[in-house]
Amino acid sequence: MGDISPFQFQVVAALIFMVGVVGVLTRRNVIVMFMCIELMLNAANLSLVAFSREVGDDQGQIFAFMVMVVAAVEVAVGLAIIISLVRNRDTLNIEDASQMKW
Amino acid sequence: MATSTVFVALFIFALVVLVFAPIMTWVERKQSALMQDRIGANRASIGGIKALGLIHPLADVIKMITKEDTMPTGAHPFIHLVSPFIAVTPAMISFAVIPYGGTYDLWGAHFSLVVADLDYGVLYLFAIGSIATYGSMLAGWAGNNNWGMLGSIRVSAQMISYEVALGVTVIGLFMIFGTLRLTEMGMLQQETFRVFGFMEYLGWVEPGTRWIDWITLPMWGIVLQPLPFFMFLTAMMAENKRAPFDTPEGESEIVAGYFIEYSGMKFGLYMMGEWIEVVIISALLTAMFLGGWTLPWLPEERLIAFLSPSFGANIANLLAMLLAVGVFLGKVIVLIFFQMLVRWSMPRFRYDQVMNLGWKILLPLSLANIVLTAVGILVVKGVTGR
Amino acid sequence: MRTALFWILSVAALAGSIGVVGNVRNPINSALNLVVTMLALAGLYVLLEAQFVGLIQVMVYAGAIVVLFLFVIMLLNLRGSGTAGAEVQPLVKIAGTAVVAISAFFLLRVLSTGRAPWPDVDPSYGTTRAIGEALYTDYVLAVQVAGVLLLAGILAAVVLAKKRLD
Repeated sequence: MGDISPFQFQVVAALIFMVGVVGVLTRRNVIVMFMCIELMLNAANLSLVAFSREVGDDQGQIFAFMVMVVAAVEVAVGLAIIISLVRNRDTLNIEDASQMKW
Repeated sequence: MATSTVFVALFIFALVVLVFAPIMTWVERKQSALMQDRIGANRASIGGIKALGLIHPLADVIKMITKEDTMPTGAHPFIHLVSPFIAVTPAMISFAVIPYGGTYDLWGAHFSLVVADLDYGVLYLFAIGSIATYGSMLAGWAGNNNWGMLGSIRVSAQMISYEVALGVTVIGLFMIFGTLRLTEMGMLQQETFRVFGFMEYLGWVEPGTRWIDWITLPMWGIVLQPLPFFMFLTAMMAENKRAPFDTPEGESEIVAGYFIEYSGMKFGLYMMGEWIEVVIISALLTAMFLGGWTLPWLPEERLIAFLSPSFGANIANLLAMLLAVGVFLGKVIVLIFFQMLVRWSMPRFRYDQVMNLGWKILLPLSLANIVLTAVGILVVKGVTGR
Repeated sequence: MRTALFWILSVAALAGSIGVVGNVRNPINSALNLVVTMLALAGLYVLLEAQFVGLIQVMVYAGAIVVLFLFVIMLLNLRGSGTAGAEVQPLVKIAGTAVVAISAFFLLRVLSTGRAPWPDVDPSYGTTRAIGEALYTDYVLAVQVAGVLLLAGILAAVVLAKKRLD
């Protein structure tokens, strides 16, 4: 594959993961936080598929496929939770949902 | 190989975008006029020559190009600008996998009448179809208009509901053909099967009876899976927001729905995208269900072998190629005609009827179809070993 | 050619992901940047000869999940519940994540040596047929469990998002 080393794919995946982590930690809008979680899942998928190609076995791709299935379910349920949250508190700021904190 | 790809791509572009789309606007007006017992649009003329109203598409294009391009205040400028292109692009790039013919050897050059013969051809079309949702969804939101937003929400719900039905409906066909490649499906549909062959296996007649071998049907998709043909047609028409599923662009309910803030050529791009998708629907149905580029009971090798002694191999291949393209386009035109017929015959569905049809009727039927097809394949395999 | 594609797609994916995090004004801008990221990642999968996974990424992620996000954003905006208030970007968190990232970089560098770069794979690697066969022979239990999980997810989403009738 030309002169791209497998390491470069892992670096890209790690960078996207890092951006996702920063997003989850710093953003306050609940929907954007959820999108950053999806970014992290995608970064993990990229890492899996790149390793799968490096080893030559397609088990990594099947793993990535299952991750996509689980991510789809998680998005559906998570967005339903967000809709109920907004319906009850009328705010998209996650700081306002902190009643169970100390 | 590369030059043939460029030729095919240019041919598709020239034919579909420049010829089909304007002519379809004319056909729609004239066909609806004939069905409704009126004359239709016949005022446009160049120097007194009216040409049955064929000048109207040209007049439409000139009108749309010269209209003012408005952008409402409070709208998101980039998305408002980009949405028509997001709507048209998936329609146009879907043509990359549709085969207009098989492969022919013309004077040493191996000519393949498909732009990209992908191994996963039909999956590519479904993936592109799911991107098409964005063009319509963002259009309504970008205009900063309540009617537009309502249209956006309706259209996105409708499109994602029917994507599910679209995918599940054709799984039975893939199980029978065993491939996702559209060129291979076209080749497999050239074979024929004996309709009353089962009588021989059940022992009702002796093997070797002549009349059983004469009654054959081509293995077209519509013969093997008749109900999924209609389900797929319905799901594609709903996906394309084509009447009677055009609740999102409901012209009398929510004032043109999601394209309310578009004028001029951007609106023209949406309309063009819709017409190109009508051609895509017809082309896809032809390739998968109606036998593609071949005539029934006439496989291409037999035709080329028949013509070769009298014309020579090159000319025979050329004639077969022209016949293939002609047959394909003929079938596509019949299906376009049928879709317009449906548009002008049925009233628009209500939104909950649309959702009902997609989830409660199409999805269970297509799942039952998968089970029945699987049982059928096992039975046929067990009996004939094929 | 492949190198150029790799760089273009990687930069697009990274730019998209920074756009998801950095768009403070409007969550729809974040969602659109997420679409760009997903499509760039799908391109990277196809570059890695994982055709089926790349297509499913477009169909499922870019074509359904982000549409669902956009749908919910539009629905909530219509209700007028307003956007989140001040989005605080504390430098401490960013600095901490950067330190972790740099140390992970060096760890990765150490761990990824001593292997042949790209082994040759047979042409049926990553095709629908290969993945389908593997899914329905070796991993059929995972497929069944995924089916049950999807059913549970559908039920949960419907129950959670229904309006109460009291």
